[in-house]
Amino acid sequence: MNIIVCVKQVPATNEVKMNKETNTIIREGIEAIINPFDTYAVEEGVRIKEKTEGKATVLSMGIPSVAELLKETIAVGIDDAVLLSDRAFAGADSLATSYALSMGIKHIGEYDLIICGKQAIDGDTAQVGPGLAEKLGIPHTTYVRKIEELRDGYIRCQRMTEDGYEVIEMPLPAVITVVKEINEPRLPSLKGKMRAKKTEVKVWTSDDIGADKAFCGLKGSPTQVVKTFVPVHDIQNEMIEGEPAEQAATLAKKLLSMQFAISIGEEN
Amino acid sequence: MNYFLTEEQQMIQELAAQIADEKIKPVALKYDEEGTFPWDIVKILANSDLFGVFVGEEYGGFGGGIFEMALVVEQLSRACGGIALAYAASGLGAYPIILFGTEEQKLKYLPPLASGEKLAAFGLTEANAGSDAAGIQTTAVLDGDEYVLNGTKQWITNGGEAEIYTVIACTNRLKGARGFSAFIVEKGTPGFSFGKKENKMGIRASVTSELVFEDCRIPKENLLSREGMGFIIAMKTLDKTRPGVASQALGIAQGALDEALKYSGERVQFGKTISSFQAVQHMLADMAIQVEAARSLVYQTCRFVDSGAKSFSKESAMSKVFASDTAMKVTTDAVQVMGGYGYMKEYPVEKMMRDAKITQIYEGTNQIQRNVIALEMIKEMKSGK
Repeated sequence: MNIIVCVKQVPATNEVKMNKETNTIIREGIEAIINPFDTYAVEEGVRIKEKTEGKATVLSMGIPSVAELLKETIAVGIDDAVLLSDRAFAGADSLATSYALSMGIKHIGEYDLIICGKQAIDGDTAQVGPGLAEKLGIPHTTYVRKIEELRDGYIRCQRMTEDGYEVIEMPLPAVITVVKEINEPRLPSLKGKMRAKKTEVKVWTSDDIGADKAFCGLKGSPTQVVKTFVPVHDIQNEMIEGEPAEQAATLAKKLLSMQFAISIGEEN
Repeated sequence: MNYFLTEEQQMIQELAAQIADEKIKPVALKYDEEGTFPWDIVKILANSDLFGVFVGEEYGGFGGGIFEMALVVEQLSRACGGIALAYAASGLGAYPIILFGTEEQKLKYLPPLASGEKLAAFGLTEANAGSDAAGIQTTAVLDGDEYVLNGTKQWITNGGEAEIYTVIACTNRLKGARGFSAFIVEKGTPGFSFGKKENKMGIRASVTSELVFEDCRIPKENLLSREGMGFIIAMKTLDKTRPGVASQALGIAQGALDEALKYSGERVQFGKTISSFQAVQHMLADMAIQVEAARSLVYQTCRFVDSGAKSFSKESAMSKVFASDTAMKVTTDAVQVMGGYGYMKEYPVEKMMRDAKITQIYEGTNQIQRNVIALEMIKEMKSGK
């Protein structure tokens, strides 16, 4: 089975700094790592490849130095690495990223399953996985915590929800995004590290993959970040005491006075 | 400091360091407390190919030598000297086969050891044969196509957990040191069982057990080299692997220095971090000097041993003595720098101090090592070298 795993380079910090003018993330001068959620996607891709004796390719879009980072995935078992790198890709939002990755995937060729992490720790949008599936015109499901069955043209997996999970069946090829519950990523092996050292990461430009520049990078990004801020949660609690009936009456009065509820009938 | 490691050695060091920091550090105190064998970590080490670094490529390894093994042991020991020993002791058990095995023996036993699928152990010590290894009581008698082993080995690292044992036994009592032979014994052989598991001061994640042989019959082919070579095999193996113990001591010392330095930058007394006090600074500087000196000696000795040198008993002994004395001193000072907190089990240095002690004792006490060093020096002087 041919697996493609999409990964993103993110800053190795929780304190993401923003460019005040463009409202985009400042990536210069900060140690870069593979998005932690994507490491679960890589591990799952490698496991499927090992089980099915297939091939796992990692794909990313980013600045040239991301190539070194992609070698880390080779060290844990990925066979091949592709980096989309071109000035034309710069400043991409999740839509333009989905487009570029979809063109990269078409250029890679045959595939059965595309795996992404559930979201990146810098942008936190969780949109690229589903966006990618739309661009490719294939089904997808998100927050996968377990693959129950996988065979030619068919996948059944557990999609994590807040209060449990859903079982989703899809035809292949398809896109899944995975949560950290799905596996425990392995450490590299010495053989893997040696292979990584020798591996040359393929670097493709927008022309190489036949991408329309109008849909790439800043040009292809309808998203305009007007302002970014951390919302302040200011919640006040008030305990209502008394017998249940009294409590209910007090609560109803409060809600009415705050215009959160409408009174029905005249009694009580 | 640039130690001029090859690209491959750097990779090995980096990988071992990653495992030490990410996987061993979080569980080191737990294993010390429980005194159980760290199979989950052994599995990680196996999957990372690290058991193969000192085994030839033709047997599934990476073709490195004692230096590669020492680099791994040093890094693992920074996090836990006990867990590192599970790895190093397998190396000690494998080396008699690497050095003296026939092609058949190597092809049979080395691949599963190189992959980490199986562990090895080395059985020399007995209740009455410690520094005086010639006092071995375990016997091996040829009976047809089999040797029959009887006796008890004591304090055998990886005993009970390992699958492959290299054991020294007496085949001819009349010949003294030339009456010993070395054998490969597999776990599960009838008549081969495991006795008491020891409760130790340190290196508690490493298991230390008795090996009990009661009319244990092993095929004749499991004799290493030939009869009478047992003592030489044991001594050559220990000379070769002694820098491994030195690197364990080195790693423990480095780990303790790291902890003490970090703590000194956090602990505030008299309104300042204790690292701003000269008394503490000098202790830290002395610790660092000793660790660096030990590393230079250990690395250089490893390179010398791996260069194909014929005789290196003296150098090998020096590296072990110096690094283990350093580990004892540095870990003791680390506890001192950290004061009351250093003495408590919530902090890792008291364990490091307990772990360090054994490195002055096993694979030849430091006193015996000094004998070896002095005798070699005198021999060299007499022969005019």
